[in-house]
Amino acid sequence: MLLEYIAIGVLLFLATAVAAIAIFLGELFGPKRKSDKKAQPYESGMLPIGPGTRRMPVRFYLIAVLFILFDIEIVFFLPWAVVFRQLGLFGLIEMIIFIGILLVGYIYAWKKGALEWE
Amino acid sequence: MDASQIIFGLTALLIIFSALRVVTTRNMVHAALWLIVTLLGVTVLYALLQANFLAVVQVVVYVGAIAILFIFAIMLTRREMRDGGPQLNKGWPLAALISLAVFGGLLALLYNAPVSERLAASLEGQDTLGALGQALVSPDAYVLPFEVASVLLLAALIGAVYVALNKKQESDK
Amino acid sequence: MDAALIWEWVIKALFLIFFLLGGFAYLTWYERKALARIQVRYGPNRAGPYGLLQPIADAVKLIFKEELTPSMADKVIFILAPIVTVVPVMLMAATVPWGPPIQLFGRTINMSVADLNVGVLYITSIASIAVYGIVLAGWSSNNKYAILGGLRASAQMVSYELALGLAFVLPILLAGSMRLMDIVTKQAEMGWFVLIQPVGALIFLIATLAEIGRAPFDMPDAEQELSSSYHSEYSGMKFALFFMAEYEKMIVICAIAATLFFGGFLGPGVDKWPWLGPIYLLAKIIVLLFLMIWVRATFPRIRYDRLMALGWKVLLPTALGLVFVTALGILLAEAVNPAMLWIIPLLSLVAGVLAVGVIERALRRKEYARR
Repeated sequence: MLLEYIAIGVLLFLATAVAAIAIFLGELFGPKRKSDKKAQPYESGMLPIGPGTRRMPVRFYLIAVLFILFDIEIVFFLPWAVVFRQLGLFGLIEMIIFIGILLVGYIYAWKKGALEWE
Repeated sequence: MDASQIIFGLTALLIIFSALRVVTTRNMVHAALWLIVTLLGVTVLYALLQANFLAVVQVVVYVGAIAILFIFAIMLTRREMRDGGPQLNKGWPLAALISLAVFGGLLALLYNAPVSERLAASLEGQDTLGALGQALVSPDAYVLPFEVASVLLLAALIGAVYVALNKKQESDK
Repeated sequence: MDAALIWEWVIKALFLIFFLLGGFAYLTWYERKALARIQVRYGPNRAGPYGLLQPIADAVKLIFKEELTPSMADKVIFILAPIVTVVPVMLMAATVPWGPPIQLFGRTINMSVADLNVGVLYITSIASIAVYGIVLAGWSSNNKYAILGGLRASAQMVSYELALGLAFVLPILLAGSMRLMDIVTKQAEMGWFVLIQPVGALIFLIATLAEIGRAPFDMPDAEQELSSSYHSEYSGMKFALFFMAEYEKMIVICAIAATLFFGGFLGPGVDKWPWLGPIYLLAKIIVLLFLMIWVRATFPRIRYDRLMALGWKVLLPTALGLVFVTALGILLAEAVNPAMLWIIPLLSLVAGVLAVGVIERALRRKEYARR
């Protein structure tokens, strides 16, 4: 099994090398005539106003939290799915209880408007 | 020393280095990125221990979800991504003492524990994934923690929705 | 560990990388040609016969472009971001089996780079890393459009990853394994999983479209609103890498979809002639790619709030329901009669239509209420 990971490591190394070479080729052959105007951030042709980074809406944070919770739920699904045939009805009922509890939270989030996007 | 030990040594060095960078760098986004490097290093350790499922779950949950949350949280809370304040506060000698004590305790534990390289080899060819799936729902193993985990997730979900949406109403006023 | 093994890894990895590179180049040609024909145009036809040299001309042009870095940009991350975007895509393809194991020079060679026993979860994990390239590109550019686009794109990817993850559970349930090879061999005896779980395959395809950011879910690069969003500030080869990542992702996702739901490398005669396997898989990938291009030519872009609602309120609950329908069907098939397995497509079709109907109504009522 460890060998499989080394194979992935080899692929990772080679893929990174290819990407780095691509960027290097661009740097090597591209013209380099830098100017202040060119280095400005693009803002539809206007002079940029204010800082480029700004605080973002809390919605994104909420989406990320909800994502983590459901992601963990999916992670629990996977080993269960692999041995489901051996577990039978008992396994199904337990998973329904597990999801049922989480579903309460899902409905709460929905009713509270956490899934709305304005 | 065989290949897996060399890989372990290099990974451990990378983990320690990037963990140090997490606390020393002044740029918040860079700190989050170094944290991701640390987490990926832990993934390699799991893979070395033949813990396939844990290795991949480490990436899915920690790198793919929790670190994303960190980055979002940083972008949410501050406009300036740089931290100009002092990097140590008053309690640092105490904190250093406690971490040293924990480190010593772990070291003592490891010296006495029956950990050897045979542990990883003994798992070769076993269906650890199936065993994990069985253990999760079998009544004499982890079924109770499994169901309690869902209650925990529920609490986290409701808490997150409550906090985030109330904050929004305040900013509207 | 012997030298032959190392050569095997290197050759397989290089083969995969160059297949994806070549595939990327000619996928751009294929897409432009197909879109043109759908819109009754010619498409590229100047460089070489049928414009076949067009991708090479594009590559040469991009190499000789000037690389711009905006002032105040975070230089290291700015260069890192395209690499972080493109490398996971190539890694994702590692577990896809291209054919049955073959005998060569007296050794058995698996037709995949790595046949992990957690193959499906491995794909999800690598897909979740791919979000970083986009967030970092947006953040490091120090450009308002870029950071907005990066945030939007990452929120979208993250939302659809859930439906995608649940769609991954369906073939695992049916096959009883996370190894992609096992999933393919199981389909040889049970029939393609798309027949047993058609709604699941549909959800998988929709979620992958959103995950890659293809039309009609191409919010991330909404040219009109965000001026191509997170890669606004990228030019030359760095831009090419983002472009490459998107197109290679299309190929890899189609390969994964073909493996999980459309029988992978299976086809008539594969048992006798194993070299047919890669050809069948490639044919399936090309058909699925055409589907993606066709969707792009047909559907207009979806508004962002609708897009999030579709992911969270339609696809997620439906996929959850499908998991339980599939589990129930498997139980009935085991306990009563193998033919009961066909209850799964019936029930899931009902569930899919029901979910879409109910939720469509809920959404529409809200629209009217707002006016």
